[in-house]
Amino acid sequence: MKLVEVQTVLRSEVLCGWENLDREIVTACGADLMSDVLVYTKERTLLLTGLTNIQVVRTAEVGDLMGIIFVRGKRPGPEVIEMARVKGIPLMLTELSMFDACGILHLKGIRGCSERVTRCEL
Amino acid sequence: MNSRQAITTEFKLKAGDFGAAGEASSQIKRILQQIGVKAEIARRIAISAYEAEMNVIIHSMGGIMRIEILPDRTDIFVEDDGPGIADVNLAMQEGYSTAPDHIRDMGFGAGMGLPNMARCSDEFEISSEVGVGTKIHMVIRYK
Ligand SMILES: Nc1ncnc2c1ncn2[C@@H]1O[C@H](COP(=O)(O)OP(=O)(O)OP(=O)(O)O)[C@@H](O)[C@H]1O
Ligand SMILES: [Mg+2]
Repeated sequence: MKLVEVQTVLRSEVLCGWENLDREIVTACGADLMSDVLVYTKERTLLLTGLTNIQVVRTAEVGDLMGIIFVRGKRPGPEVIEMARVKGIPLMLTELSMFDACGILHLKGIRGCSERVTRCEL
Repeated sequence: MNSRQAITTEFKLKAGDFGAAGEASSQIKRILQQIGVKAEIARRIAISAYEAEMNVIIHSMGGIMRIEILPDRTDIFVEDDGPGIADVNLAMQEGYSTAPDHIRDMGFGAGMGLPNMARCSDEFEISSEVGVGTKIHMVIRYK
């Protein structure tokens, strides 16, 4: 599923990273603890989170995440958006709750990252 | 890259400096990409460095991170000025964290950082002394 389709089904506002909305995602991860994201995610992963600080963008950068959805209408500050823009990481905002947003993506065939990333898979 | 060349960079890590937190790891990742290290390898190095960097900023009184990018591997050395870890085996367990609520609210404190470093690196050494500090050395090979 492309990020642009994610934008449509989650009725989300794009905050930055328009140029990368054609990225394909395979899995998604809903988390508010960043190290958990780095344990479970593989590549082509979308992060859904209720956190809006700069560390979320750092985690996306370090972990090669495809983009970030902020749930429940939580809007990051301009410095967070600016950093993501520079790094080319798409940020989107949805009014949906974490549960609903994840549920919708799951119905569309996106799967979670419950399998741990082992050494050889990395 | 010439086979004898190494790129060494050192970063000062300030306790509690969340604005700059992650900047060192991010710079390293950019260098690795520029010299053409494979994406998955660069990701493992970046994750290892990031978790180590965050721990110094969150849990210690500050320290340094030195990264040596060699032709066949990257070495990450992290050293802080204390307070040290009383029980390293316990700290290495998944889910163990002493992070207070205000740190958890920022997205840290899953207790997965040290296990993540061990998982992402090919060699992982940690030594810590209470009242002195913690030292970590990690090696990631490009294979
Ligand atoms: N450099 C350090 N100095 C002092 N204590 C540390 C240091 N690094 C880790 N610790 C201790 O070890 C615990 C486990 O560290 P670990 O990185 O695995 O988890 P965390 O930092 O608490 O959470 P997470 O990394 O998942 O955000 C920490 O909660 C802290 O008590
Ligand atoms: Mg940690």
